[in-house]
Amino acid sequence: MSLFLEMHNISKTFPGVKALDHVDLKLNRGEVHALAGENGAGKSTLMKIMTGVYRADPGGSILVEGEEVTIHDPVHARSLGISIIYQELAVVNNLTVAENIFLAREPRGPTGLLDTRKMKADARAVLEELEMDIDPGAMVGRLSIGQKQMVEIARAISYESKLLIMDEPTASLSHHETQTLMRMVKRLSGQGIGVVYISHRLDEIFEISDRITVLRDGATVDTQLIENMTRDRLVLKMVDRELSELFGEHLSHASDEVLLSVRDLSLKRPTTQGARVSDVSFDLRKGEVLGFFGLVGAGRTEVMEMIFGSRPYSGEITIEGKKVEIHDPSTAIDLGIGFVTEDRQGQGLVLGMNVRENFSLTHLSDYCSFDFVRRREEKARCVDYIKSLAIKTPGTEEKVLNLSGGNQQKVVIAKWVARRPRILIVDEPTRGIDIGAKAEVHTLLNDLAAEGLSIIVVSSDLPEILAISDRVIVLREGKVTGELTRSEATQEAVMHAATG
Amino acid sequence: MSKTDTMEVVERRGGILVHVAELRHVREFNVLLALLLVGFLISLATPYFLTTNNLMGVFRAFSLTAIMSIGMVMVIITGGIDLSVGSAMGLASLVTALAFEAGFPTGAAISAGLATGLVFGLTNGLLITAIGLPPFIATLGTLSIGRGLMYMITHGVPVTPETPEIFSVLGQGYIGPVPVPVVIMLVLMIVFAVIMLRTRFGRHVYATGGNEHAARLSGVKVNRVKLTVYVLSSTIASIAGIIGFSRYLSAEPASGFGSELDVIAAAAIGGASLAGGVGSVTGAVIGAALVGVIANGVVLLNINTYAQQAITGGVILIAVSLDVLRNRLSGGGN
Repeated sequence: MSLFLEMHNISKTFPGVKALDHVDLKLNRGEVHALAGENGAGKSTLMKIMTGVYRADPGGSILVEGEEVTIHDPVHARSLGISIIYQELAVVNNLTVAENIFLAREPRGPTGLLDTRKMKADARAVLEELEMDIDPGAMVGRLSIGQKQMVEIARAISYESKLLIMDEPTASLSHHETQTLMRMVKRLSGQGIGVVYISHRLDEIFEISDRITVLRDGATVDTQLIENMTRDRLVLKMVDRELSELFGEHLSHASDEVLLSVRDLSLKRPTTQGARVSDVSFDLRKGEVLGFFGLVGAGRTEVMEMIFGSRPYSGEITIEGKKVEIHDPSTAIDLGIGFVTEDRQGQGLVLGMNVRENFSLTHLSDYCSFDFVRRREEKARCVDYIKSLAIKTPGTEEKVLNLSGGNQQKVVIAKWVARRPRILIVDEPTRGIDIGAKAEVHTLLNDLAAEGLSIIVVSSDLPEILAISDRVIVLREGKVTGELTRSEATQEAVMHAATG
Repeated sequence: MSKTDTMEVVERRGGILVHVAELRHVREFNVLLALLLVGFLISLATPYFLTTNNLMGVFRAFSLTAIMSIGMVMVIITGGIDLSVGSAMGLASLVTALAFEAGFPTGAAISAGLATGLVFGLTNGLLITAIGLPPFIATLGTLSIGRGLMYMITHGVPVTPETPEIFSVLGQGYIGPVPVPVVIMLVLMIVFAVIMLRTRFGRHVYATGGNEHAARLSGVKVNRVKLTVYVLSSTIASIAGIIGFSRYLSAEPASGFGSELDVIAAAAIGGASLAGGVGSVTGAVIGAALVGVIANGVVLLNINTYAQQAITGGVILIAVSLDVLRNRLSGGGN
């Protein structure tokens, strides 16, 4: 293996924060190099320096194929053979696959008009070379997230990239799509293309990487061949605490009393993504943590959206034995349901508002007399929650935009808990947040259950579901295919029910 | 990428200096600064600018735009736009005039004008919330309908009814040295600034524009909020219409035409973002004042009045560019 890129002594200072502190990184040709670390450890900043989005502080150097370079911007990085695929995919939905692959360098004929035939043929060639089963003429908006990602990979490869950076590529992929991606990564590496693989999912890191670098607080704490790394050691390096300390004992607080009962819940019409839900029935008990597992597209989120009134349903929902009709979120909220949505930036938070305003949005009337907000009281309550949930923020007036993912998630949880719901639905509560914050969220959910709150946890992270649920419901293609108690719920049993 | 390890929450307190320093972060402060600067420059060039007479004239001249911008900025904060304010204003002045012509007493005539605005706003609001039209299209349609109605009703001839003495106070009167329209503007500004900053409704307006989906899922009745701001916008515009009629005691068939652009400009100069979620009532009024002062300067300095529109355009571009650049610098990263 020969060295492709070398970063030496890289530091990056933002006003008031040292994001990177003398980091070294060496990447070989054809190597899958995992980059691990908690949120805020500096992974993204390092990648942004590598792709020319940021400039490193003076004193550091970057060498590509042995020559020192100054990377001016992402276009320059690409010409050096460095491409990146961000977690938020950068594809244009209303253009075709071929148009996306050749975006901004469309082949043109002698008249200056687009040569669509050549574009399509070239795109087909790229896709075939990568053995991707995607029609170059298809509209990208119609593709699944996994396919869109493949289109981005094809685009990067068509630029003759020698190094491909993938930032949390599997965060929104189904199990099957993840496997396809893993195969693609191995294939690229076989072709001599280096891959920097950033992921919170340790399984994936161990499955595909050749080497791993761990960052903590902006500094490199370890670089190892993957053979020399164990899971426990990796976690310890990332968070500087033992794994067993992080995830405490599970205690069940479930009572026998049924709080929410759902019968024959069905979607009135399939969603635009084609998800269906039919005849879903289950009970939720007081103080219970009920896990909902299923592969992407199984209809888990849709079930929750129906219960929360943001999606039309047929079937029967009863709360404490009383039949209820839930046609909009505010009805659900008045019935004592809270919903921590999967997409915290798109649905959970108003990013331009501060912590206090986001916090109180669900229960503002608590602080209102004649519609006037008693701000001192609002702020005091918010401060209480910041302290009890250990939200890291400079204060109540900080915009949530400036908080890390894990702390944003805690703000979303705080805004619902402060409303004192009876039922709290949490959809993918720890997606994209680091392992330390994840453990804190788990502890928090457990504590809430201890106080008598009933919680539904939806997650595609199987170990998470198993760690925190008292009972697990498994969905497949919109139907309940398993209901397992904590003792019955093993990885194998749940996966079996989910895949059939 | 802010790494914030402070667990304790910093309480903000301290002397007046701290408060003044904090003002820097308030969006309106920059517009106010620009206004004072422009005023200062004009006063250097001509001694007539800083006279009570002139200043009050300037205030009265921009007060109607400023009043309408109060409603507009609330609509813009929800992420919408109201192109029909000029028509609402014109129709309200016409209906008030017709009511006087039909022999209504002052109170009833004013109520008729306000009711016109209310109905106008309800129409806008329902088109947008119940049918789901984009605000731009909905209010473009009602703008046109309003204009057409005015020509149909007046046949192009101004309506000039007899009105009681007391009515003309609205547009022509003074309280001390201050013209009544300016007083009304200030009162409305204070009332709505307080509503926007201190009430639940105000918070819901900002949340709706900041992230409509998140607001709905948090229990905010987003459609009700939107309906309310369109009703407020048209009703406030009808107040401007009634004041305008009271000033000249003639309802012109073309009154209010084109004013929507001045009103939107005032809101934008005052820091409102057309993307929603950002803006303020005081900012919009100060924005209207800035445009008014510049217009006055153009006259006083004997600059070609045709240049005034071009200058106003330049001010909009400079003000909004500075705002955008400032946000990029302070917001940076990520």
